Amino acid sequence: MDQSLTMTDAQKRPGGAPPEAAAPEGRLRIKHLLGLEGVCREDLELIFTTARSFKDILDRPIKKVPPLRGQTVVNLFYEPSTRTRISFELAEKRLSADVVNFTASASSVTKGESLRDTVKNILAMKTDVVVIRHPCPGAPHFLTRATDAIILNAGDGAHEHPTQGLLDIYTMWERWGEVKGKRVLIVGDILHSRVARSNIWGLLTMGATVAVVGPATLMPSFVNDLGIEVFTDMDKALAPGCDAINCLRIQRERQSSDFLPSMREYSRLYGVDARRAASLRPGGLIMHPGPMNRGVEITSDVADGSHSVILDQVTNGLAVRMAALYLLCGGTAPAREEGA
Amino acid sequence: MIAREAYRSVGLIRSGRVIDPASGFDGVADVHIDERGRVLRVEKPSGARPADAGPHAVIDAAGKIVAPGFIDLHVHLREPGREDEETVATGSAAGVKGGFTTVCCMPNTEPAIADQETVRFVLDRAQAAPGRVHPIGAITRDREGKSLAQISDMIEAGAVAFSDDGAPVASAGLLRRAMQYAQMFNVPIVEHCEVPELSGQGVMHEGVISSKLGLKGIPAASEEICLARDIALARETGCHLHAAHLSTKGSVEIVRRAKSEGIRVTAEVTPHHLILTDDIIARDFDPLFKVNPPLRTAADVEALREGLRDGTIDCIATDHAPHAWQEKDGEFDLAPFGMVGLETALGVCIRALIESRVLDWPLLIACLTQRPAAAFHLDAGTIKPGAPADLVVIDPDAKWTVTADNLISKSKNSPFLGWELNGVVTAAVVDGRLVHHANGGHSAAASASSARPRR
Repeated sequence: MDQSLTMTDAQKRPGGAPPEAAAPEGRLRIKHLLGLEGVCREDLELIFTTARSFKDILDRPIKKVPPLRGQTVVNLFYEPSTRTRISFELAEKRLSADVVNFTASASSVTKGESLRDTVKNILAMKTDVVVIRHPCPGAPHFLTRATDAIILNAGDGAHEHPTQGLLDIYTMWERWGEVKGKRVLIVGDILHSRVARSNIWGLLTMGATVAVVGPATLMPSFVNDLGIEVFTDMDKALAPGCDAINCLRIQRERQSSDFLPSMREYSRLYGVDARRAASLRPGGLIMHPGPMNRGVEITSDVADGSHSVILDQVTNGLAVRMAALYLLCGGTAPAREEGA
Repeated sequence: MIAREAYRSVGLIRSGRVIDPASGFDGVADVHIDERGRVLRVEKPSGARPADAGPHAVIDAAGKIVAPGFIDLHVHLREPGREDEETVATGSAAGVKGGFTTVCCMPNTEPAIADQETVRFVLDRAQAAPGRVHPIGAITRDREGKSLAQISDMIEAGAVAFSDDGAPVASAGLLRRAMQYAQMFNVPIVEHCEVPELSGQGVMHEGVISSKLGLKGIPAASEEICLARDIALARETGCHLHAAHLSTKGSVEIVRRAKSEGIRVTAEVTPHHLILTDDIIARDFDPLFKVNPPLRTAADVEALREGLRDGTIDCIATDHAPHAWQEKDGEFDLAPFGMVGLETALGVCIRALIESRVLDWPLLIACLTQRPAAAFHLDAGTIKPGAPADLVVIDPDAKWTVTADNLISKSKNSPFLGWELNGVVTAAVVDGRLVHHANGGHSAAASASSARPRR
């Protein structure tokens, strides 16, 4: 059919997609970090190399650098979050930003204020960056239309969690020096997982082969069209060999809402135990975005075993979030210490 | 708003290309209108001067198309209950601007149009509307899906069809009773075809795009299963089923098969389902594109266009669904379903159907006039002598850009904001009265908009 969707300029609205023009050397092409879909390899590698520089700083006695001094970052969290919020807050403080935390439960949102008005009010206090966690996919994209601030998506519903995807891929990149050609298996609830989506897009861009495995009830119905391998049988998914297994957290309410007959059955079919972990290729990694359900998606011996990089992911999360904030605020890589 | 009698009467529409699918007429002609607001005759241009029409207005339609006034079987006018979004009068005004001289309004108001009094209330409000307004009554009491509404009473008061639109009648048993009952009065049952358990909390078409975006999907099967159920009940009861806003390729096939079996089923499609696809939501999650049934895939759009071309789908209906701007200005998940469509329908149909060579002008006009009139047994949709003089004059080549400021509906939630469209209704005549003229502005009350979008 003819595609009649020819947009006029008036229809083109800002999003997170990189503009056509190449960015200056060492700078990001993207203006916001809304997701990893559409983010080019150069930007991903720029974030990784910058994160590596920041990671060095985190090992020093004084872990603070001044590049965001004078900038104000708002952490706007509409969902409960401990790890991601703490990681962002710490990253912001390590970069010397002024930090404001806003949580929906104790806010005007409960009084019926719209997202636009909430953010407008916060920005009226002359803030520069908004880090948003929201249960609705696309909420960060809405903010790019509603405000002029720099927007970082800290997780929007089941859509994307780009910094988690970045830290996962960075962890592989750091270990292997190269992600291209590696085969990464993502296990579990793909349907509801923003972590899976961000991993899929980032890994594909970096040249990895991505496979997903999980029960058919927890697979997006058109997952076969995403350019990845799809399995419902864990052992078949493992058979070709894996360089990394990324176990997703399985929420217990999936059982009560009939996605799963029981957690016991899920664990038997998809849990990563020592036998399955042993099928990893040499140098293979066991990953988990946390928090873990030990004994459900992963056994304790695997979580704490030699292949596990689960705690490295947490450390890397801090470095990657510092890199993303720094670069989105106009920084260039590699990060230079200014009087640190 | 003012009563229709206050508008200037029209005596003659000169030298336009008159297209009247109901009589099979397509040629340059003059349309003469009598004192009672009825079509007097259609004849070869006589070079008649304005004086020939006496005190009545003469419209020069040279180079333009003259057609029966369009009929929209599916609009939401929000009165009673949400007069901030639209009223019977403002919705009708938006309608005549878009060429719709007749609109049929759905009963999902607050309170619902589910009894004789509310039907009469709407018809009373329609006295101040420039176009004709026909209420559609609810199938079930208060649209709750539990027991039958007072169908006979509402017919007596002026309801032309029955629907719980916004939702299906979920109980097959109750729908069967409704069809048995409606069949006695030969009125259509209009179904919003959806299986609630399958649609769940879905907000867009379930497909590749929803899988990427992490938005909950509404599968095509949700519509198709309900449609198949409803057709089976229509076959059994003999009731006329009118399937609202079809959106999937499978639905077109189901209706095609039902028609081939002689089942009394008619169907409609919206302009937006004939042109927009679900991938537009991936651009920036804009709630202006959130609608139910959802925007589907290119294959669905193609099948819907073909269904219209071959007569499987009878007519085009806008499903005009006004929403306050603030309700569409936020998270996609939280925004209500629906988009305004009365003023953009013609331009969108020209883009989707005429410019794509799917339909020619006579067939497009049939889909907007003769066919919807036949579906709801309305005395409209033709330019035959003696018919009510409900007419539109169309400049098919006039370009305009859709902006919030040039939409007169109280609500501005159009997915086509920023689009440049071809095709303008330069005049609309209802009952022989000039209720809309593009050059003269709209003589009905201006559209008050409390909130203007930023686009």
